[in-house]
Amino acid sequence: MAPAGGRRRRGQLPRAALPAFLVLALVAAACDSGGTTAESVILVSAAASLTDAFAEIEGAFEAANPEADVVLNLGGSSVLREQILEGAPADVFASADIANMDRVVVGGAASQPQVFATNRLEIAVPLDNPGGVTELADLADESLLVGLCASGVPCGDFAQAVLDQAGVTAAVDTFEPNARALLTKIESGDLDAGMVYVTDVAASESVAGVEIPEGANVTAAYPIAPTTGGANTEGAAAFVAFVLSAEGQTILARHGFGAP
Amino acid sequence: MTTGLQAHLVSGRDNGFALDVPLEIAPGHTVALLGPNGAGKSTVVSLLAGLLPLDTGRISLDGRTLDDPTGNVFVPPEERGIGVVFQDYVLFPHLTVKENVAFGLRSRKVSRREAAERATKWLQRVDLAGLGDGKPGDLSGGQKQRVALARALIAEPRLLLLDEPLAALDATTRVELRRTLDDHLEHFPGPRLLITHDPTEAFLLADQIHVMEDGAVTQVGTADDIRLRPRTPYIADLAGSNLVTGTASGGIVATATHDLHVGDTRIAGPVLATIHPRAISIHRHQPEGSPRNTWETVVSRIEHYGDRVRLQTGDPLPLTAEITPNAVDALRLTEDAVVWVSIKATEIGVEAD
Amino acid sequence: MTDRATEVRRKTSRPPALVMVLALLGLAVFVVPLVGLLARTPWQDLPELLTEEVVADALRLSLIASLGATAISAVVGVPLALVLARVDFPGRSIVRGLVLLPLVVPPVVGGAALLFALGRRGVIGEPLYEATGLVLPFSTWGVVIATTFVAMPFLVITVEGALRNLDPRFEGAAASLGAGRWTVLRRVTLPMIAPSLAAGLLLTWARALGEFGATITFAGNLQGRTQTMPLAVFVALESDRDTAVALSLIMVVISLTVLVVLRERWWPSR
Repeated sequence: MAPAGGRRRRGQLPRAALPAFLVLALVAAACDSGGTTAESVILVSAAASLTDAFAEIEGAFEAANPEADVVLNLGGSSVLREQILEGAPADVFASADIANMDRVVVGGAASQPQVFATNRLEIAVPLDNPGGVTELADLADESLLVGLCASGVPCGDFAQAVLDQAGVTAAVDTFEPNARALLTKIESGDLDAGMVYVTDVAASESVAGVEIPEGANVTAAYPIAPTTGGANTEGAAAFVAFVLSAEGQTILARHGFGAP
Repeated sequence: MTTGLQAHLVSGRDNGFALDVPLEIAPGHTVALLGPNGAGKSTVVSLLAGLLPLDTGRISLDGRTLDDPTGNVFVPPEERGIGVVFQDYVLFPHLTVKENVAFGLRSRKVSRREAAERATKWLQRVDLAGLGDGKPGDLSGGQKQRVALARALIAEPRLLLLDEPLAALDATTRVELRRTLDDHLEHFPGPRLLITHDPTEAFLLADQIHVMEDGAVTQVGTADDIRLRPRTPYIADLAGSNLVTGTASGGIVATATHDLHVGDTRIAGPVLATIHPRAISIHRHQPEGSPRNTWETVVSRIEHYGDRVRLQTGDPLPLTAEITPNAVDALRLTEDAVVWVSIKATEIGVEAD
Repeated sequence: MTDRATEVRRKTSRPPALVMVLALLGLAVFVVPLVGLLARTPWQDLPELLTEEVVADALRLSLIASLGATAISAVVGVPLALVLARVDFPGRSIVRGLVLLPLVVPPVVGGAALLFALGRRGVIGEPLYEATGLVLPFSTWGVVIATTFVAMPFLVITVEGALRNLDPRFEGAAASLGAGRWTVLRRVTLPMIAPSLAAGLLLTWARALGEFGATITFAGNLQGRTQTMPLAVFVALESDRDTAVALSLIMVVISLTVLVVLRERWWPSR
């Protein structure tokens, strides 16, 4: 009697246990592993144009705070905005324009933004300037291959603003999803010209810049704020403070950003 | 001979399977290439059809060279004019029966209308009238084979190659189709080569049989030659005959274990002796009378084949004998029974080895 | 058959319960995103959204690119498959690997490689530009090229597989009946692999329709000239969500319709 029943149970158990284990494993992976490790990770969603500057800031911050681990999530500000609004994990949001930050704040996902840097636009051309571009008006030349950032991306909206102000209708051949993609195509010579940030031109060794006159240029204000749904509020605050600090500001200036 | 097929097929030296087959077929004659599977028969088809090139040798049909490696001549398959009927037919599944038959004509730029007419006539000739618009998949095995035959013959080839044409059919259909085949072969003016592993097919359809084993021809002859004077154990098995090797001298063939008295007193040296199963008499006791070859032995096996019984006898000279079931009963034969074997000297065929 | 017999037959031939549960999860992977899309669709605004110029332009370019890529893949891909399947040449396995490369490499990398080759400063692009003034990136032709690059492997692989599975005796029989090489190809080989060829074309078209990474990297993004539907969706996500959803819906409807209708015709289920 007993052995027969025992055998049947032994046979059944492994089969039911396997899916149970799978589910448990998934749940465990999804949850934070908790404890000290999670607290030291700071997720920073930052605009792509901050790539180089924030990489240096990350290094400096981690050097000053050894237990901290800054993880940078770089991308177009509008993409990041959507991610944060949809609930993607982030502790800090650094946007390339006020508009995107405002939408996040209005959506209740961030609070108390502060402008930490400014940026201006510049025309970027390949080092040998094959299109012979010297001024904004040249961008209207149909025979040149001209690129801009897509609208909705801060870089693109600002570029359009500059062009509108100057009364120039650019003969655009492509709207790139972000400034980095645009810059890459200018660096390779596939495009004759494009409008990117001055910081982008400064960061790249393979493009030359054509200045946009003061009167025609726009100033992009970069706000930074801790998110409300972030897991590491302490770390977020510390990071924001660092960015605004003298050390952070020096780093930003070195990469071509203007003062807030 | 400047008509018919003259070929010497040599191939496969590099990959270990050597093939060396001479073939000469006069127009209006059917030669069967008979051999076990793996003997290289399909390779022969491919070489003749031009799907494989020769290594050395030559193929010439009606005086025209088709393949000559030394003379650097190679005629591609589509220009050879050789009609092939394949084992499992290889009918084009996406074309109708009529389109299948008409294929050879359409490939030669015959108009669609004329090709269709001629195809319909051929379908009538092979008793498949009315099935032209169906697909090969709808046909039975025997019907498919007749379509394959019509398809090959309609293009009026110079040589007809039949590769195991009846192998894929069941016994009844095979008998039926054998008759159809025989009929159409009769009417085909050119040389015909029948590839088969079935001795009955070869015996019934061919004028001459070439036995092929391991890539070489081991015997050429008529059906009777093969049956009564087999030269290898395989052929002897085919015909069901007993084959024994020995040395002849003065009317005695000395085998390894026993001496046989044979009728031919002049032959000398190494010989092949054949004894037909029915030439062997079985007795319960030592027989009286003329047979010079008698010995005592044991029945090692009894096998019934319908109305025939085959006995295997044991030492000193194992043989297969064939007797009637009545004889088995009358002699009360069982396995391990002690019997006497007797064979007339004149019933033993002897041939120089 | 009685009802009870049918009932019993259905019960005993069904897979075990656990398999059904996992199958349901598998189905969820496909259904859940679709449900999300449908839930987010602004149904009332849909007619207006669908008639926007950006939608029409994107649709037109997607059709041009996907059909063009499929056509080019057929014209050069089938011969390539024939050679790979039938001709034993040195380095054949390397060539086969090359054909598979666009399947394995991220499309963006493919697009970058195309730029290195065919861009204005590219290995082939530069002499081409200097000789003819032709610039392939940022043009509609560029879209077709990028799309062909990622989609053609599907056709070559499918057709090559079918050719290898084709019993060579059919072609041998055709030859013995007097058919020259072109006739054999036309009347025997290609018709016999027609179902696989059709499936390959369908797969190629489907892949071409969804192509994004190589297109945006090589051809850029400009409404009316290079902005196919996937690109339009991507860009719209950043500025106008509703348009993005409308575009996505169109893509799903077109793809689903074609796949369901043609799959039944060319891959009929029993």
